[in-house]
This record gives sequence, C-alpha cells and structure tokens, in this order.
Amino acid sequence: MKVAYWPGCVSRGFTPELHGSMEKIAPKVGIELLELDRANCCGAGVIAEHNQELADTLNARTFALAQQSGGAMMMNICSTCQGAQSECQERLDASTEYRDLINENLAPEKLSYEKGITNKNFLWLLVEDIGLEKLASLVKRPLDGLRIAPFYGCYIIRPTERLAYREHPERDQYLEQVIDVIGAESVAYTGSHKCCGFPVITMNKETSLTQAGRHLGDAIDAGADALVTPCPLCHLNLDLQQPEAKKFVNRELGIPVLHFPQLIGLALGLEPKELGMGKHVVSTKAVAAKVAAMAVAA
Amino acid sequence: MPNYVLNIRRFSPESGEPAHWEKFEVEMEGHRPVLDAILHARNTEDGSIGIRCSCQAAICGSCGVRINGNPALACNTLLRDAVATAKDGATIDIEPMGNMPVIKDLIVDMDAVHWKKVQRVVPWLIPAGEPPEREYVVPHEAMVDVTQTMACIHCGVCVSDCLSMEVDPEFVGPAAHAKAYRFVGDPRDAATETRLRDLAEDPHGLYDCTHCFKCVEVCPKGVSPMNQIMRLRRRATGDFKIKDANNGYRHEKAFVSIIEKWGTLHEAKLLPDSYGEGIFGKLNPEAQKQLIASAPTAVRGVLSGKVPPLKVIHHHKLPDQKKIKDIYKKIHGRDDRIELNLYIVGEDADALAAESAPAEAAATAADGGES
Ligand code: SF4
Ligand code: SF4
Ligand code: FES
Repeated sequence: MKVAYWPGCVSRGFTPELHGSMEKIAPKVGIELLELDRANCCGAGVIAEHNQELADTLNARTFALAQQSGGAMMMNICSTCQGAQSECQERLDASTEYRDLINENLAPEKLSYEKGITNKNFLWLLVEDIGLEKLASLVKRPLDGLRIAPFYGCYIIRPTERLAYREHPERDQYLEQVIDVIGAESVAYTGSHKCCGFPVITMNKETSLTQAGRHLGDAIDAGADALVTPCPLCHLNLDLQQPEAKKFVNRELGIPVLHFPQLIGLALGLEPKELGMGKHVVSTKAVAAKVAAMAVAA
Repeated sequence: MPNYVLNIRRFSPESGEPAHWEKFEVEMEGHRPVLDAILHARNTEDGSIGIRCSCQAAICGSCGVRINGNPALACNTLLRDAVATAKDGATIDIEPMGNMPVIKDLIVDMDAVHWKKVQRVVPWLIPAGEPPEREYVVPHEAMVDVTQTMACIHCGVCVSDCLSMEVDPEFVGPAAHAKAYRFVGDPRDAATETRLRDLAEDPHGLYDCTHCFKCVEVCPKGVSPMNQIMRLRRRATGDFKIKDANNGYRHEKAFVSIIEKWGTLHEAKLLPDSYGEGIFGKLNPEAQKQLIASAPTAVRGVLSGKVPPLKVIHHHKLPDQKKIKDIYKKIHGRDDRIELNLYIVGEDADALAAESAPAEAAATAADGGES
C-alpha cells in the first residue's frame, strides 16, 4: 500500500533513529512510503496558538501535497503531528467558506485541499489497515519475556471526538494490543495515557520534567524493561531529558524508551543497531541483550 | 431490570479509618444516570454515603466524580455507558474527583482549590468609568464569542484531572483560565491588558498549561478550557506583546519565525532563539539562566550520537520556502486575525446537506467541475 508519508521535523532532526527505523520496517509490513519532502512543519500547536489561519494554511498545504502524491492516505509517525494536523483538518472540513479562504492562500502555488483526507499515525495504520493478524504472521522474533510500558502521547488520544474514536473506539488500546501480538508483555502503569510534559519544557521545566519523571518512575516500579512511544516529542522528554528529570522526582531513573517502529522492527527480526538503538541517551543495551538471546525464525 | 454493581470509594476523616472501596448492587434501567444509582444505594442500603448533588440535570455543577477513572458528572453519565467503560466490564468504579482534598466519600473541597483559583482571576466585570445611563450596547459577535466560556457550570471536572495541576498544584488551571477569557473577550471590560499581564507574569499561569487536552475531553459543557487558554495566549502575545515570566512569548516568536525561514523545525536553533536574539545575540537576563540550565540537553543530544554536530549549525531550507514566506506575508498583513470557532459556527449547512444527500451533492460537484 502506497502512503503519502510525513515524517515530521523531529524525526529528521533530533530523533533520526525514528525516521531510519520507519524506512527499514515499511517494506516488511507492505507499506511504500512516498515522502512529502516539500511539506512544512505541522506547527505542533504553537503556530495555531499564534495564528489559526496560518496553521490551517500550512497544514492544508501538506494535505494538498499528500492528495497529489498518489498515496492511498497520508501517514505520520508523530502523535503531535497527528493531533496538530487533525485540529486544522477539523476546521477545514467543517466549513466550505473557510476552506475556500484557506485554499486562496495556497493558490499561488497551484495547490488546493479537498475535504476529507485520511491522515493516520503509523500505529493506527498498522492496526486498522494492515491488521493485527497480518502483523502476527510477519513476526520473526517473538519478543517473549520483554516487558514494555506503552506511552501514547496526548495528541493521539484526546480529544476523542476530533480523533474519530467514535469509529475506532479502541485507538487508546492499540499499543497494548500490538505489544501482545508481537509476543512481548504490556505493562500497566498510571502514566501510559498522561502527558510527557514536552510542550512546557522551555516554559516551566519543573512542571514538564516532574511529569516525565513520574511516568518513568511508575513504569520502572511496574517492572517494565522499556517504554515505547509513537511520538518523538514524548521521546525527547522521556529519553533525552531523562538524566535531568530524575532531579525533579528525587530518584534514580534509567529506563530506555523505544520508538514504536523500533519495537516493531525488533519483532520483525531486525537488529537493534540497524534500528538506531545506539543513538538513545538512556542506554538500550539491556533491551538489546535480552533481544539477542531470543531466537529469530528464518 | 438489569443489575448494576457500584464500587464506591469511601472515606470519612473523623472515623480514623483509611479510605476503602465498598460495593453496592442496584437494580435499575440502563438509561438512568449513575447519580440515581448512588442515591438509591444511599436511600436503601447506607444512608451515610456522601455525595453532593442538586439539579440532577447537568446544570448546577455539584455532582462531579470520577467514574472508572475519568471525571464526569454523575447525573450526566448513564449506567449503561458507565458499565461499558468498566475496567472488568461489570463493576462501575466511583471515586471522588482528583486534585482536590476529599471531605467525605465523593465530596471534595471545591473551596480550597477550584473556587480559590476562580477568585484569583477577578471573576467580575471591571467597566471603564461610570456605567451608561441605560444598558451597555455590545456587538452581537462579541457576546457570541464569550458564550462558550459562559457555559461553564463550575463543576470542577476539568480541574480534577488537569495534568499540569497534578504536578503543580499552584497552576491557575483550566476552569479559572476559561473564566478569565470570559472577561478578556468582553468588550465592556476595561482591564483586558491587566488581566492578560497578570496571568502571563504568573509562572503558574498562562504558560504552565501543558496542552494535554484533558480538560477539553472531559468538560460536560463543551467549554474547551485549553482552547480558551490558547486564545488568551494569542491575545497576550499578538495584541499586547506581553513578555511573560515563562518565556512563552519568545518561544512562540522563535518557533513561528523558524518555520517562516526554514519551513521545518530547526530544533537546535529553537532553544537559543527562544531565549534571545539567536545564540550569538544578546540574551535577555531572565532567559540567560534558563538557557544555561538547558545547555546540557543539547550537549547530551550531540554526545549520544543523536544529533550530528553539523546539524546544530546547518539546516536545509525547503525547496519552496519562498512560497511559505509569501503565505506568512499575506496572513500577517491582514488587519484582523481570522479565527474559526467551531463551537459557534458548527458544521456548515453545505457540508451537512452534502452528507445527508451524497448523490445530489456529488452531482453538483461534478457540474461545478465541468463549468
Ligand atoms: S490542557 Fe492545560 S489546562 Fe487543560 S487539563 Fe491539560 S494542562 Fe490542564
Ligand atoms: S470548564 Fe467545564 S469541566 Fe471545567 S468547571 Fe466549567 S463546566 Fe466544569
Ligand atoms: S446534580 Fe447538578 S450537575 Fe449533576
């Protein structure tokens, strides 16, 4: 299946291992990525906070490029891109008059957004369009005994109405479902559906890193080997900032945080190194060692 | 009639007993609200169950509780819906709201948290000079604009699970911020800038919201407190250029101009730019401290091999960057910011008609396409 692929700024910048691992696993799960290399930043809610029309225009531009690409739908690998883009899409799709106004802003580039694009995070696409059964059949290395704590990121779980939970009521359970299907064990803990704190990292570090620190601590206490997240911004606060976060919760931390495509990659038989797991701030060695001891089917 | 199992969190401070769960079975139709079942248990089994309620119609705002872990009005949540979200598929967990001290069972101290915070934002109109002889004349659009925040019934449901307040109890919070917008958006109020400045200069104010959408999700009245916070920020930075205590103004400015210049986010620039005029420029003093505190983060990024050192100084522009600049120019050149508030406008009539009569709409679209 061909998809218009928006990797997002962070996966091309601070978390290159995310972009890299997605490219590695795509052909294995039957996705052809048509990368939107002319598209712009989704604004992460910050541009909308500054000026709604600007945010809506920039995202309508991305949607228009995706509609030109020939992909069956648009796919992202970032909860924040999903949320910010869905917010703009909600306004664009609600009013013909407003959409016309925004399309006028795009006219000099000869672009135009037509109502009703389907835009999915890879997590959603994997469960809804590829399917858990198909995924199970592709698993080469069941991650037996690996205890994984899911971390969703606010932007793909709230608000449920905008994110089409009416049609897909289990979207806030997909991580657990996938973790189970690939043979690992999903760990329940209080922080899985809470906020990583990233949006206020430059504005109130204490609020931000107390949030991150608590979730990491809770996952450790629940016995997790690693967290997994479909959001690179959550990854920044949970992994890159982890050494700092421990100061705000007064305890030792030190739990690796995997990107969602990395976890899938491991189950598909790829090696930790190929998936860029050496590029994390918190060492992933213990996870890699556990994985190395597992059998890979030919 | 179906049987529902309520699992109620009990606590009375004077008993000396710790909080505990207690189960009650209630026979009732599924379309009845959870509140009816709680009252039934109180009337028939244990008269000491503590719950606050009055209107039983989602108007008075007294019956906020957590149902299966999510905050909601007990009178506004049907038993059959509650059982659908039960953790074991059968037992409905009912707890007091969070972020506020428990007085007894399901009753929390709204005065200690919610009402204090609402008072904090001066929740009354401050007019300019003497009131007019007759009524104030206000443009219709302006009043429509604040109707969403006026819908608040002060139930505290958003306060219960605000994820910033959970880690920072001093955060002004969703409901009080929504109340602040009620007056910031009111043309009769003369203290707009003072109100915005007050909230922006409070480190636990406007820029302490972590954008988690929790309040948007749970509010039973569609107030969308977070959206009101974003509108307050828009007014504070866009209209009054208020430099807040948390560097929110500079962060927004830096982010928006990086996208104007490069098209995609250049994180290595975002941090220093948020704190001053670029990394080599002059830093404003309050930002200096924060930047130094953040320096290890960037260094950690490079050391872990995540961020190639070149990336820190070099970032590609998008091929059509000129076009993005033109978009910025056009939109920033407008006299007024254009905002579409779905709460007020709703889905448009065309779109609704098209959905109910797809064949006809498709035909019209095809005609339009050929002409
Ligand atoms: S969006 Fe902001 S105000 Fe609303 S619950 Fe989250 S942190 Fe609190
Ligand atoms: S904003 Fe909504 S949830 Fe919060 S107090 Fe008002 S009505 Fe209740
Ligand atoms: S009893 Fe009044 S809102 Fe529920």
